[in-house]
Amino acid sequence: MDRISQHTAPVYEAMLELRKRRVVPFDVPGHKRGRGNPELVDFLGEKCVGVDVNSMKMLDNLSHPVSVIKEAEELTADAFGAQKAFFMVHGTTSAVQAMVLATVRAGEEILLPRNVHKSVINALVLCGGIPVYVPVRVNHQIGIATGMALSDVERAIREHPQAKAIFVNNPTYYGIASDLKGIVDIAHKAGMKVLVDEAHGTHLYFGDNLPISGMAAGADLAAVSMHKSGGSLTQSSIMLCGKGVDAEYVQQIINLTQTTSASYLLISSLDLSRRNLALHGRESFEKVSSMAEYARAEINEIGGFYAYGRELIDGDSVFDFDVTKLSVFTQGIGMTGIEVYDMLRDEYDIQIEFGDIGNILAYISIGDRIRDIERLVGALEDIADRAGKDKKELYCGEFIAPELVMSPREAFYAQGEKLPLEKTVGRVAGEMLMCYPPGIPILTPGERITQEILDYIEYAREKGCSLQGTQDLECREMRILTEI
Amino acid sequence: MEIWFSQMDTENVKTSVRVDKQLFSKQSEYQRIDVFESREFGRMIVLDGEIIFSEADEFIYNEMVVHVPMAVHPNVKNVLIIGGGDGGVAKVLTQYPEIESIDVVEPDEMFIEVSREFFPETAKGFDDERVKITNMDGLRFLRRCRDKYDLIINDSTDPFGHTEGLFTREFYGNCYRALHDDGIMVYQHGSPFYDEDEAAFRAMHRKAYQSFPVSRVYQAGIPTCPAGLWMFGFASKKYHPLKDFDAKRWNKRGLKTWYYTTHLHKGAFMLPKYVEDILSEEEQKK
Repeated sequence: MDRISQHTAPVYEAMLELRKRRVVPFDVPGHKRGRGNPELVDFLGEKCVGVDVNSMKMLDNLSHPVSVIKEAEELTADAFGAQKAFFMVHGTTSAVQAMVLATVRAGEEILLPRNVHKSVINALVLCGGIPVYVPVRVNHQIGIATGMALSDVERAIREHPQAKAIFVNNPTYYGIASDLKGIVDIAHKAGMKVLVDEAHGTHLYFGDNLPISGMAAGADLAAVSMHKSGGSLTQSSIMLCGKGVDAEYVQQIINLTQTTSASYLLISSLDLSRRNLALHGRESFEKVSSMAEYARAEINEIGGFYAYGRELIDGDSVFDFDVTKLSVFTQGIGMTGIEVYDMLRDEYDIQIEFGDIGNILAYISIGDRIRDIERLVGALEDIADRAGKDKKELYCGEFIAPELVMSPREAFYAQGEKLPLEKTVGRVAGEMLMCYPPGIPILTPGERITQEILDYIEYAREKGCSLQGTQDLECREMRILTEI
Repeated sequence: MEIWFSQMDTENVKTSVRVDKQLFSKQSEYQRIDVFESREFGRMIVLDGEIIFSEADEFIYNEMVVHVPMAVHPNVKNVLIIGGGDGGVAKVLTQYPEIESIDVVEPDEMFIEVSREFFPETAKGFDDERVKITNMDGLRFLRRCRDKYDLIINDSTDPFGHTEGLFTREFYGNCYRALHDDGIMVYQHGSPFYDEDEAAFRAMHRKAYQSFPVSRVYQAGIPTCPAGLWMFGFASKKYHPLKDFDAKRWNKRGLKTWYYTTHLHKGAFMLPKYVEDILSEEEQKK
């Protein structure tokens, strides 16, 4: 990385220049620097609304970058060790979908773990790719899906030599990383591309003692949520291309679905965040790591809670652990994660990232301060104390891998009918169902529904998880394929 | 020449004090600390733009957080002060011979140094051998305490600044555990008058009310506080601030005061109607 050039921020600088020029706008957006919507100005501030502008000559164009956006993307590629970087404005979801659409065509296979984000499955609905699931290992103590074991990946590659790509979470929401370097090596040998979902891994590019990043491991494409640990605005993200990727084709794929009115608030936030990461990322994430480690130690001292860390590493399906993640197994105090999550918000005014059946995840970032950590730890202690000592037998809610009967696209577009969930046992799902967060599907289109899966869904519902994905907003009915 | 320091009570109201000169100004790890010399209030210490105390009116605050619980609890031996980096509360407590230990937990070392330098009279409280200062976050300190104190005084001021964590459910819960079965906690309850303070005032009472069997509020008039009105919370596991109040016992001590009297003790718990209404509304919430 060229540190000197990283001091510049081309899009941001061009926007400052535009502001100085006091150009009279006869283009969109129609609020005209806010004048047409005073309430919005009052709410967001003049500075913010004043730079909500449209693409123009001096600001370049995201779909066809030739000047400042191009330079900013080049700086980003350099900072992340990539051959090419794309700014994305539809969230990391769009980056994940572009990775899949750029690699897999209708009828072609892609290897992936079942605990992927819903955006991957949705991309397969769009392109008609066929998922081949690599078994996901489960840690029975904390009831979470971990990573892919290298031996399982090897077998999947052997059994599906025609697959075009393998998709890897790096790391998972909970911070668990597979042996990415090992996977890249065997995948490339078999002629497959490696796509990496780094929605929870921006900091891997700027940290020491963290799992290896996608680009460093030699992956072909990576989707990186700058707006999570990178500090940019919500919905802004980047996609990285490794060596040998046809970036011009990737740009075409992105343009299939990307807005032609990309927000400059988002683009400039990516530009500034990249600069900040390149210049100060290392020290920031060292601080984040040490805050998370401190919180882990303090939480584990409370008793009952288990804030897991590097001790999970087994060299196999937990090849590495991202210490910036603060995931806590809560069932030791007799409460599910979602119950602790709700309590933290309702009674302690603490909003954490998510709670599922067995765990909570608190997102620690460059914006945190140690005194906020003290609040979180103090609250957890208070909750543990109030929960009392009677440990109820809780359903651990382990990860279930359903049987895939047909491709997601085939199932999504096939003829179906709506049925109450309880009447769907044995049938094939025509739509998705998940808890959000984390947004990992419990059922995807094309999967067979079992009683065990329905029990899991009802347990999650009862405990207060937000169920989403079906046409029925209540998730009491599901679109099921008509039996022929 | 005129120099005025203004404290923004709300976006639209400020309290201004004419100052002679600024004696100190520095950003600590936690907050900006300023010391001013003024004609009307003497020296004032200002944290993040808010007057914390002045030589002229600090006695009101210090006496009210100490004498009120001390006139109720018959046998206080171990006291914890959260915050209290100026030493004023500790100084009043040292007048009670039966107290065996006074732990002061103040995260900001610079605040203590500044108090010692510019308010040596107040900081004298630290010289008593029963006083032990720990530089640590209050919540962290409390996590390690169980059944340890007779009285906890939360001397932190600002529910929105770096002491935000000391006005939360977890704080009250942690204090509850740190107290003996007959322990009392006294805390700053802020000022209920202005709209923007009212929400914090409500939330504080709700949290304390849910955490402690006895939870009452009392007041004092303090000129440098927003609207000149300041409230304190009295939360306790056993003792009621009026039913268990022993005026005779306290008067026998013959302590010299400038604000507190045993008559005022009773009066301080008699609140304006609008404050009573706020409190009872919060008590009815689950």
